[in-house]
Amino acid sequence: MEYETVIGLEVHVQLATHSKIFCGSSAAFGAEPNENVDPLTFGLPGSLPVLNWSVVEFAIMLGLAMNCEIRKFNRFARKHYFYPDLPKGYQISQFEEPICERGSLRVPIEDAVRTIGIKRIHMEEDAGKNIHDSRTQSSLVDLNRAGVPLLEVVSEPDIRSPAEAGAYMRTVRQLVRWLGISDGNMEEGSLRCDANISLRPSGSLKFGTRTEIKNLNSFKFVEQALEYEIARQMSLLKSGKEVIQQTLTFDSATGATSPLRSKEESSDYRYFPDPDLPPLVIEERSIHEIQEKMPKLPEAWYKELVEVYGLSAYDAAVLTAERSFVEYFREVFEISSNAKLACNWVTSELFGLLKKAGLEIHKSPIKPRDLGTLVKLIDSEAISGKMGKLVFEEMFASGEAPQTIIDRKGLKQITGEDQIVAIIKQAFEKNPGQLAEYVGGNDRLHPFFVGQVMKLSSGTANPKRVNDLITREINKLRGAA
Amino acid sequence: MFNYLTTFPGNGQHMINEDGVLKLARLARLKIDKAASIAAAAKLNSILGYVEQLMKVNVEGVEPMSHVHGSTNVYRADEVRPSPNPDAMLQNVPDSSGRFVRVPIIVE
Amino acid sequence: MSDITLLTASEMVSQMRAGQLSCKELCQAFLNKLEKQKGLNSFLTIAPEKVLARAEEAQAKIKAGSKEALLGIPVAVKDMILTKDLKTTCASKILENFIPPYTATCVNNLESRGAVVLGKTNMDEFAMGSSNENSAFGSVKNPWNPECVPGGSSGGSAVAVAARLAPLALGTDTGGSVRQPASFCGIAGMKPTYGRVSRYGVVAFASSLDQVGGFATNVRDLALLMSAVSGHDPMDSTSVKVDVPDFSALLGQDIKGLRLGMPKEYFIEGLSSEVKACIEAALKQLEKLGAKLVEVSLPNTELAVATYYILAPAEASSNLARYDGIRYGHRAKGTHELEELYEVSRSEGFGEEVKRRIMIGTYVLSSGYFDAYYLRAQKVRTLIANDFRTAFAKHCDLIVCPTAPTTAFKIGEKSSDPLAMYLNDIFTIPVNLAGLPGMSIPCGFDQKGLPVGLQLIGKPWDEAGLLKTAYAYESETDWHKRLPKIH
Repeated sequence: MEYETVIGLEVHVQLATHSKIFCGSSAAFGAEPNENVDPLTFGLPGSLPVLNWSVVEFAIMLGLAMNCEIRKFNRFARKHYFYPDLPKGYQISQFEEPICERGSLRVPIEDAVRTIGIKRIHMEEDAGKNIHDSRTQSSLVDLNRAGVPLLEVVSEPDIRSPAEAGAYMRTVRQLVRWLGISDGNMEEGSLRCDANISLRPSGSLKFGTRTEIKNLNSFKFVEQALEYEIARQMSLLKSGKEVIQQTLTFDSATGATSPLRSKEESSDYRYFPDPDLPPLVIEERSIHEIQEKMPKLPEAWYKELVEVYGLSAYDAAVLTAERSFVEYFREVFEISSNAKLACNWVTSELFGLLKKAGLEIHKSPIKPRDLGTLVKLIDSEAISGKMGKLVFEEMFASGEAPQTIIDRKGLKQITGEDQIVAIIKQAFEKNPGQLAEYVGGNDRLHPFFVGQVMKLSSGTANPKRVNDLITREINKLRGAA
Repeated sequence: MFNYLTTFPGNGQHMINEDGVLKLARLARLKIDKAASIAAAAKLNSILGYVEQLMKVNVEGVEPMSHVHGSTNVYRADEVRPSPNPDAMLQNVPDSSGRFVRVPIIVE
Repeated sequence: MSDITLLTASEMVSQMRAGQLSCKELCQAFLNKLEKQKGLNSFLTIAPEKVLARAEEAQAKIKAGSKEALLGIPVAVKDMILTKDLKTTCASKILENFIPPYTATCVNNLESRGAVVLGKTNMDEFAMGSSNENSAFGSVKNPWNPECVPGGSSGGSAVAVAARLAPLALGTDTGGSVRQPASFCGIAGMKPTYGRVSRYGVVAFASSLDQVGGFATNVRDLALLMSAVSGHDPMDSTSVKVDVPDFSALLGQDIKGLRLGMPKEYFIEGLSSEVKACIEAALKQLEKLGAKLVEVSLPNTELAVATYYILAPAEASSNLARYDGIRYGHRAKGTHELEELYEVSRSEGFGEEVKRRIMIGTYVLSSGYFDAYYLRAQKVRTLIANDFRTAFAKHCDLIVCPTAPTTAFKIGEKSSDPLAMYLNDIFTIPVNLAGLPGMSIPCGFDQKGLPVGLQLIGKPWDEAGLLKTAYAYESETDWHKRLPKIH
């Protein structure tokens, strides 16, 4: 029997706010243990939550970017369970009333685009971290992360393969970074994923029994864990056994999933509306204001780059990987007016040097306007491409404007016919033997003279013009002879 | 006329037995032994029996009151306001290791 | 020489300003008296050095001409309210050694107006109780008769004021925990409108019902205290941004034409005949002062206790989940497994009544029961709140009724029957459910010499109206001037 894979992902996006969701403690990563704590973070008696408005804005932004409906009347709910990293004994979350619902995300996969349904996006607080030390048989609790805002993005079970799951995750990451609401840093846990997976006979509409793989924190692990789990479920089903509904953990060292110790009562979270937090009413006006603040989204950019700027699909994809790329490109283009050339200089030359130097684009020593100027100089043949590369490298090293470097080094391209012909004549005079042979019909000497002219001009002569003019001068000599 | 100062009998619709008490205690992380659970069940049931009078009330179309006064949209700007002394949070920790709170190892 | 502890807070303020009395002298007198009256068990923590140091600071300010409303006045604070560096236990073993690293906003408000925190008062554990018998540190005695309970849960604060161990005290009121002990102890007590006083730093019992209240020997002092603690606090999302008027401003104005509603559902079988007689006499007195008595109906009153005993335990079971022995509070010794640590710490730390309410609360929130109990109770809460809304919109300006159905009962009398105990709060609970301001003032004594309280219930934010009416009554009577035998 053929089986179809059904996958739904729950992605936790840690938001890049300054402070926590319900208190003024810093939400920054990397502080000393239990340094970013205050009475609320520590779950002290008498402490109370006060909502951080940026979290609401970020949630609405992501909701709009994922074509969701935004809920007008919102309440926070308490979700109860006991765990050392959960200081209040409950997590403040949203339960039956998520802020965003019924959206979709278009995910490019290979040459196609798949639309994955978004069931809901809700706001909640993160838990702290436990470090386990088997030597002393103890766990150590650090509450710095407790209370850092999260958005939980729950997809519909629309994903059909591990590759699609990976592509979906990448698209979510691209989008949250694009919106500037999360750094999407997977090593630091800013993006974490729980995957629900089941198999069903192809053509069946009923879902099979699913398992949930918890806490996958890299694209690779998402795909690996799902591959493993598909194979595991498949062999169970093919041998007539049943899949048990359970929660699994993925061991990246072995590449295998294994069941988490099940907690018999873990499902009874006793949700109820948090009486400490009055309801949140989202007015149309707020949604509108937030919409106004949002950048143009990657998909719209992609379309524009291909259809208006005339770039290839590949180039458009590269430029829309990050908002900073396309914004950089846009500035280069504004000065240079040559999209293809601007794109090449950004994506191959600049990205190459940035990568070598280990720099992010916003730290680039070359400002986009300067690169625009350079591209324009090249495009107008004021300097040669080869020269351009030298100038570019100098710009990257010194951060100077291209004109400064060109003036200082005297690198301005010679394009004037008279000037070039004068240099060609010089080259003819210096090499009478080769000239005679060339005039005599040996065209293979053409490149030799091009080289000579470039040498005499210290590379500043426009090679194309040199090429053309040598041919013309030789023909003149041949005609005379 | 109804007398507030007598207990309400209830019809036993939602009664808890000793087993239920033990499950509930587990959910609330309270330790209770079998013997105590019997007495506890009796007291809980007298209370639950009493509150069962609400089952007879017609609440159709009535909005639940989760908050008082109907105030909404209370929030703050995203500004870091660190606790003046985060170390003071640590002063009551019963068992710690450096700046960490220590607990018996968590088995996952 | 007259006893300075018997002065009203207002008299203390003016005598200190006039230089006839020093703050240190005053505080020392209370400290001495506290030492003598230890038997009442009304205080859990007193830090005499801190009190005297604060008294000296206050004295210096008085000398410099400072005029804060409560400058130099000692105030007793319920042990439910956090005081930085001063032990706060909620009368629970689970917080037996808890030293808060911060102070509640309401106490900050008092201190910034010059008050001196005298000490922390005994209470029912986590405010769960109506008799103060549920304290982990022993029950509190009613100064009118030490065999009787002082009421609860703010029994320690009520006794402190009734026995003149402090001129003013703070309590908290979730279902009557200020008004009922005020009634049992023959003093004035107020629970303001929900949202009037910040809950920040006040240990949560039932967040949608809890409100800080105050006790005083007379209405003027109570107005002074309530003005000082009230006000919006950005740290409490449920504290409401409304202006705090000077609650004393209306004191002395007449109450002619004021419509006082008497809810017929409050004058029923089960109400002690002696209490009833006192209330009826008080109503006559108010009528004499020009108020108009009108009968009103609050038809859902009989559902209030049941509603409360679903909602309050539910919220409590959630609020008390944080006491897990991990970050602070009692941690069981010798537990090597996490789950055992939770269970043993909590079982050792919480008393019987607290555990019972956690169990009820856990039950009514658990899946499968939530709609039947919790959601339904929230809907009935709406009905109860609507009863008041209708009465105020159509019939009356204030509601007058008994605070409690009986006077103080004997210690031990109801402690084995939780339900009988809960029913004692029948007249106070609806006020919390509706989020309204309410107060109790003494209006007589029964034949055993135990005080009876008259309850006034107002529209949201009408504390000033309540105080004005109470003051008008008090000015015509001298119940508040009687002192318990200990003097």
